[in-house]
Amino acid sequence: MTAEPLAPVAPSRVFFAILLRDLTVARRELPYFLVRTALQPILFVTVFGFLLPRMGLIPHGYSTTMLPGVVALSLALSAIQSVSLPMMQDFGFTKEIEDRLLSPVPIHLVAVEKVVGGVLQGIVAALFVLPVARLIMGPIPGLSFRNLPLLLAVTILGGAAFSAMGLYLGTGIAPQQIGLMFSVIVAPMIMFGCTYYPWAGLSHVPVLKWLVLINPLVYVSEGMRAALTPGIPHMPLLMILAALVLLTVLFMVLGLRAFDKRAMS
Amino acid sequence: MNAIETRSLRKVYPAPAIKKRRGVPAPAVPASAEIVAIDSLDLAVEEGEFFGVLGPNGAGKTTLIGILTTRVRITAGEAFVSGANVTADPAAVRSRIGVVPQRPNPDRSLSVIENLVFHATYFGIGRTEAARRGEQLLGRMGIADKMHAKVDQLSGGQQQRLMIARALSHDPKVVFLDEPTVGLDPQARLSLWEILRELHNQGRTIVMSTHYMEEADQLCNRLAIIDQGKLLALDTPAVLKAKAPGDTLVEVTFDGDASVAADAARAMDGVSSAEARGPILRVFSKRGGELIPSLINAGEAHGRVVRDIQLSRPSLETLFISLTGRKLT
Repeated sequence: MTAEPLAPVAPSRVFFAILLRDLTVARRELPYFLVRTALQPILFVTVFGFLLPRMGLIPHGYSTTMLPGVVALSLALSAIQSVSLPMMQDFGFTKEIEDRLLSPVPIHLVAVEKVVGGVLQGIVAALFVLPVARLIMGPIPGLSFRNLPLLLAVTILGGAAFSAMGLYLGTGIAPQQIGLMFSVIVAPMIMFGCTYYPWAGLSHVPVLKWLVLINPLVYVSEGMRAALTPGIPHMPLLMILAALVLLTVLFMVLGLRAFDKRAMS
Repeated sequence: MNAIETRSLRKVYPAPAIKKRRGVPAPAVPASAEIVAIDSLDLAVEEGEFFGVLGPNGAGKTTLIGILTTRVRITAGEAFVSGANVTADPAAVRSRIGVVPQRPNPDRSLSVIENLVFHATYFGIGRTEAARRGEQLLGRMGIADKMHAKVDQLSGGQQQRLMIARALSHDPKVVFLDEPTVGLDPQARLSLWEILRELHNQGRTIVMSTHYMEEADQLCNRLAIIDQGKLLALDTPAVLKAKAPGDTLVEVTFDGDASVAADAARAMDGVSSAEARGPILRVFSKRGGELIPSLINAGEAHGRVVRDIQLSRPSLETLFISLTGRKLT
């Protein structure tokens, strides 16, 4: 037994050790991860970006409108899932997270690490879907990568908002209700998330235009539109960024509170 | 400095929420619906001690270990581990303790050795050093051949040993084990005892909860007997055994309420106490087996027929029954 007093460990060191654990596991599960998060957007791209335009049922320009939405969707879906699913499992059945809750740092750091891991996985999913979509749909008029800082800001903030939401849902919802989460929360969120149509287009249905503002996905979709296809009308930048920051803070507060309840009795 | 100290420790779990149903008036929740898991508990465990917490299921053992390992919030009172306050400085406490849970909870996404290596890095240990320690620990636990196996390929006993290896991977001063031998076959249990003795000989403080008398008797320097959150007795196993009342416990099970025979039993020569619980009459006496005919007669005088008779020599078990009126297991 060592007699000398244990030197306190820098929390940042512990944080990165736990993050490394999550990334190691994520890397091993990469194929499943990509299938889980990218299949849905890719199927959609195949039908609406490739098949229907070929049949002449949808004008060719539609791909420009749709692409940013599809990238936003895969970012959001993967971020939310990579936090909520392990949380449900770990707290619900396996208690595997226990060994990290016993690490010598404040337990909130363990939750924050999960969210950061979720952002990174969201970025990977978005980076994967973008070229695949481009490959399926062919050249996309109006696609631009010139505003890289904005693209980066939207990706990180969007990933953070949805990872934090995943923390809240994963710790706040009973594991038996996971199916309900996807059908009641995630499915409507996708349909009314301005992923497949721009927010400006909702001017035809004014009630809905204001109603969808409670949907966090709207801001990621519109943010991607502003960054990737600036030629298409989109929500004011300030509104997008402010909403994403606000949502991140809101879900982080709710998520940490729910996490506390599950982590300590 | 004590390795562990608790002062007037109390933990109350709120009453379980009752769902409201339309048309059905909500039942009034009495104050007693709260569960008092730990009740004004004062403990001090010395450094290097092998300390046992003995009690039946639901006695508060897991809650006590949960509090000391910073996983359960305190309702009132204070607790210190290695000088650090579990409420004010939980991270400092966690850096000094290793925890072996009641049910193995290994990281199933990682291999056996990775479980140890990653866990050590959560405590600031470098990967090379962590790997070296991990291999050494697996060797000591006798599962070195499973190093690269998936956790699911380990048996229950092997998983439990992996949990012990994990708890040791950051070289903690105090090791907590919550009923570590539950569910193990006798052979695995004995080999676990060997490992625990070795840890203790290395100078670590060990706190172990159990509801096996024999285990507590064999391993622990001192024992705290708790039931319903209260400390009933605290001493070395030898002293506790000497405290066991009477000499022998005679348990007579009748075919009906045994209380009719209790008074007669109490009046018998050499009986230090007699108590009826349902159909069971429990009598502590120095005379042991000699009493049996008289006890049978006492029951038959009231029309009772004897169904079962048991004699127990003085032991921690009989002490526990005399303290709580209940059996341990």
